[in-house]
Parts: sequence; C-alpha cells; structure tokens
Amino acid sequence: MNDILAGLAAALRLIVTLDAELVEISLRSLQVSLTALLIASTIAIPFGTLLAVQRFRFRRSVIAVLNALMGLPPVVVGLIVYLMLSRSGPFGVLGLLFTPTAMIIAQVIIISPLIASITHQAMRELWAEYHDLLISLHATKRQRIATLIWDGRRNLLTAALAGFGRAIGEVGAIMIVGGNIDHATRVLTTAIALETGKGDFALALGLGFVLIALALLINLGIHALSGTEREGRW
Amino acid sequence: MTRVFTLTAALFLSTAAMAEEMRMAVTTSFENSGLADVLLPAIKADLDIDLQLLVVGTGQAIKLGEAGDVDAILVHSKAAETAFVASGHGTHRREIMYNDFVILGPTADPAAIAQDTKVVDAMQRIAAAQPAFVSRGDNSGTHLAELALWKAADLDAAGFGDWYHATGSGMGAALNTAAGLNAYILADRASWLNFGNKADLALLFAGDPMLFNQYAYLPVNPQKQPHVRNDLAMKLEAWLVGPHAKALINGYSINDEPLFVFNATDP
Amino acid sequence: MAGLLPLTLTDAVVRRNGKTLMGPVSLTLGGEGITIIIGPNGSGKTTLLRAMHGLERLSGGAADWALPAHEANIRQAYVFQSPIVLRRTVLANLRFPLDLLGTPRSVANAAAVAWAQRIGLGRALDTQAARLSGGERQKLALARALIREPEVLFLDEPSANLDGRSTREIEALLQQCQAAGTRIIMATHDMGQARRLAADAIFMLSGHIHEKGPAEAFFGASRTPELIAFLNGDIVE
Repeated sequence: MNDILAGLAAALRLIVTLDAELVEISLRSLQVSLTALLIASTIAIPFGTLLAVQRFRFRRSVIAVLNALMGLPPVVVGLIVYLMLSRSGPFGVLGLLFTPTAMIIAQVIIISPLIASITHQAMRELWAEYHDLLISLHATKRQRIATLIWDGRRNLLTAALAGFGRAIGEVGAIMIVGGNIDHATRVLTTAIALETGKGDFALALGLGFVLIALALLINLGIHALSGTEREGRW
Repeated sequence: MTRVFTLTAALFLSTAAMAEEMRMAVTTSFENSGLADVLLPAIKADLDIDLQLLVVGTGQAIKLGEAGDVDAILVHSKAAETAFVASGHGTHRREIMYNDFVILGPTADPAAIAQDTKVVDAMQRIAAAQPAFVSRGDNSGTHLAELALWKAADLDAAGFGDWYHATGSGMGAALNTAAGLNAYILADRASWLNFGNKADLALLFAGDPMLFNQYAYLPVNPQKQPHVRNDLAMKLEAWLVGPHAKALINGYSINDEPLFVFNATDP
Repeated sequence: MAGLLPLTLTDAVVRRNGKTLMGPVSLTLGGEGITIIIGPNGSGKTTLLRAMHGLERLSGGAADWALPAHEANIRQAYVFQSPIVLRRTVLANLRFPLDLLGTPRSVANAAAVAWAQRIGLGRALDTQAARLSGGERQKLALARALIREPEVLFLDEPSANLDGRSTREIEALLQQCQAAGTRIIMATHDMGQARRLAADAIFMLSGHIHEKGPAEAFFGASRTPELIAFLNGDIVE
C-alpha cells in the first residue's frame, strides 16, 4: 500500500513539475505508438474490410491466420525484427536497429493483425446489412469498401483504439529493437522496466500512472471527437 | 501515406543532426550504478558525442559487438573479452576501472557467512546451509563471476537444488527477486548501493581479492564491421583513460562510499 | 425514355444448395403500368424479383434487357421488404445513389431535399435514418430508389409491416411514379393492394408462374383452381 501511495505521489510530482524527462519519454511514446497506429490502420482497415467484402479462394485460411497472428507474442516479433535489422541481418544496411523507426516497425507488426481482425468482424456484420443495397445500386468494389469504412467508422475507431492500447502498453518488442537508450529510444514502458530494475518502485509506478492517464486521455479525446459527429453533419 | 513517412522521418532526423552519435553496449551493473549519469554529460561536453548506451548483460553486449550493432562495449568478464578480441571482433581490450562484488543476504544471515574472511568459505557455507540464493543466470559478467566463485569453492551450481534460483534477468531484476525471497545474492557493489528496494537485505560479505571486478573497454573491429564509428570509439577511449574520466570515476560515490577505482594505464 | 424494356426471362432457374427456388420461368415484361406478383409464402416471388433485378445469379437460362447490362443496371431500382437504411442521416441516405454515380454534391443535395419533402421528411434531413419509424424508413428507401429516376422499379412487399396510413402514402407515391412513366413490378401479400394497383398480375406457385394476365381477367375470371382458391383466402401449396 505504501508503495502505491508513493507511486501516486511520484506521478503527481512528475506531472506537476512537468519533469523534462517525463515529457520527453511521454512524447516519444505517443510519437512511436501513434505513428505505428496510423501506418497499421492504413494497412489493416482496408484489408480487414476487403476480407469481409471479397470472396476468394483462400479467404478462410487468411482469416484464420489473421486471428492467429492477433496473439503474436510481442517478444517474438521483437526478436525477429531485431534479427532483421541487426547489422548482421538482411536489412542491417539501413541502420535502423535501436531507433524509434525500428520500434514503429515492431509495433506495426504487432497491432496490424489485431486491427485487421476487429475490422473484419465489424465489417462482416455491416456488409451483411448493406450487401443487397450496394449490389442493387451497382456500387463498385472501391465504393463498397469506402461505404463500409465510412459507415462503420465508429467500430473502426474501437479497432484502432484497441491497437493503440496494445501499442502504447507494449514493452517486450520495443525493448529489444529500441534498446531503451536514454534520449533516443526510451519510452514510458521501457522506462518503467528500467526503474523497476533499479528497485525504484515509486518512480516506476509513477510512470505507470502517467502511462495509464495518457492512454485514458487519448481514448476519451478520440471518443469526444467522434461524439461531436454523432448527429452526423453533411 | 507519404506525408506520414516524411513527418516521422523529419521527427527522427531532427534529433540526429546535432552531435555525433555513438553506441556502446554496457552491462546492467554499470548502468545501475548511476555512473553513466555522471560520465555521459561530461562526454557530451568534452567530445560532442551523444553516447547511446544499450544496457544489457555481458553476454548480449558481446553479441551486439559481434553483430556490429554497437561501436564499442564496456563489460566485465575477462575470459569473454579476450575471446572477443581473439576472434577479431574487437580491436583490443583496455582496462578502465574496477569495483568489487559483494554477497548480500538476509540481515539474520542464516548461513552465517559474515564471519568468513575468504569468499570460498562463504560460498561453501551457503551451499551447505542451502538458504534461498538468487543467481543472475543470464551469462552476464556477474553471473560468470558467481559461477567462477562456486567453482573455486569446489562446487557445481548445475547440481544445486530448489534453493538455487537462476532468474535469467538483469542485476536490478535479480536484486528485486532476492529482496522478495529474502535470499542471498552476488551483486556488484555499485548496483547494490544504488538499489532502491533493499527490503531486509544487507551486505554480508566483501573484501576478498577474488571479488575484484574489472571493467574493460573494447572497440568493435572496423575491419569486420566497416560501418562502425571506430573514430568515435577511439576518441572515447582516449577520454575514458584520461584525467577528466579519472577524476569523475574516482570521485563518484553514494553515501560517501566510493564505487569505482580508476585503474587505466597507458598502453 | 429509350427502351430498357422489354425484359425477357428465358427458362430462368435459381438453385441454392441443390434446391430449386425458382424456375424454369419464361416471361416477357414490356409496356407500362404496374405488374403485381402474388403467391403463397415460399412460392418464389422474392426470388423472381431478385432474379429480374440481377441480385440472384441464375443457375440456368437467361434474363435479358433490351440494353447491355452495364446500361440496364443503373436504370432500375429495388426496394427491399425490410428497408435497408444506411447508418447516415436522412439526407445522406437519399443522396447516396447519386453520390455513387459521381453526381455533383449540390445537384445531389437538391434532389435529396426535394425527395425528402415529397415523402414528408423535409424536417428530418439531419436525423440519423436509424431513428425513423418503420413507415418513414420504407418511404425513405422508396425515395432513395427513385432518386436516380429509374425506368423500372422493383418492390418486394414494401408495405408488409406498415400501418394503413403509411401504406396509403406509399401507394400514392407509386401511382405518381407509374403515371410519370416508371414501370413498376411489385410483390405483395395484400390482396387489396394488389387489386388497387395492378395493371396486370402474376401468380407464383412452387417456383413457377402458375397464371398471369391483365388485372381484370386475373382477378375477375381466374382460370386455374389454385388461383381461385388463393384469391378466396384458402391455403394453397
């Protein structure tokens, strides 16, 4: 109990004093996870929708693989990305290991299947609802996907938020590919792991509370944004 | 899409453009000691190098050096270091400083090692009493040193029973585990003094010359890894063995207890 | 308007999972007015409508319009039994078929507003369509089907679950369209509605056209005992 109170106190102190390092690693956490989210969404949302709309030969297998990939252990992703980006690996010449870019790559791989899978679930229902109408109106494939994405955007927001939550709270992969380098690749989660390692539980917990607060804030912010268009303006 | 990429690229490049960057793999015991927080700003000020530290065990540090993912390593396991140089991955090995290992355990000291003067006696007492013991178990310098101590005491850690916990984690995590189990553990003095979660642990044994812990600096061989910044690595080495580093290392203390002894000599 | 009609079905068959839902059916639809399709549940009314509109792939035979398919497609519209409303506002729902055609936004909006007023939803433009009542939704679906000014309009029991007033409004709308030259083909369960609207009628039974003809003869002088029984309100299988 004492530790938790000390953690809360540490969190408050960090936030009230706008601790420079806290601000830096929080911003980096956001930068890495939001960039990963943006890239992953750009890939996964149209892909998940396409899976709902399009019949093709290996569709079922693709969906099964996707659902399996949802449970990818981040540490394994981290390790594979690490080996790929290492100087002795196939993409070593790019010099990306231990950079935020490497962390973004790992997070994109981790959250894309999650976003695609949730998208597919949501879009499948909407497609069943809209199918006859869109066929009757002879919407092109592109128009069908666009209509589903637009009308299902609230569900897609949920998918994206789930992806964001997984990204910003992830530590295993980005620790491996980022290296937790001070002022370069240290983010909230790796800083928490570091402070725990130093036995400074109060600071670690304080950072943890900041992380939770940040995730909550982003969630509430996005929901507030989507709420303003609930009554759909045109 | 392209805008996203250029945006992120710009964000990253903005930090990279200023000072020269160099990467060095260091052991957790070095980082946890807090000495890095003293040395890094001085290195930045004196050499204009942004030294990026990858904090890993000695085993992984050497792997990073072999793969060419860092420009130099600073570790503390002589056998592994000489092998690193012998295989051509490192250009040479330069001793910088030392501290010492200490044995920590429950304040009550159930194995009664505090009375010993030789570390081999202490190790034998622990093996006989079989109190909980936490080992790093991660091929780090500290882990290798611990195994060497068991061996010196004519014991084999591989044959130990349930009381011996090989955690496979860094110094801090292993100390947390020892604190939680109220167990014995071998740690470097710096990490111990800087550790925040001491719980019921106390320093029970120290001072035997066998616990001497030498840190050495090894630049990665640019002939094996052409992209490494050997120029920066050499600049850094010259600084590490110089007077400013000496003053900082010898002057670093926690609770008035000095942590490291500078012992670099001219080559 | 240049001839989308006649529509010719030649031995059209629809099978699903080895079961024949309809056919073979041969039929030519030309001319004007309202064709009503009646028949017991499961007799293939909906399947026939969907097959004509191209929503069901034919397992055999053919359905041909007087125009090539890509032209024929956008000159017809379909209103489903339970209205499909998009998760959008009333205005966006009405505008949607025009949006798909790339109609300029101002033109599409103007048409949508005009249609909203025509179906009594002029004040509900910014309401989410999902909040409308059943009758309002069906009127919305009908207006949305008509906004492309189709030459042929298919309706599948459009007033199946509606109250009398909504039914009357929809029928009035259909009469207006028919008068304006839209060819209407509609399935219904409501015999009163069938008699009120039909210029000619089709009686479906077990996936086949059992009897068809001009409304007067169809309802007044039915030839087959099954149709007579059906019109009498007996159960026909």
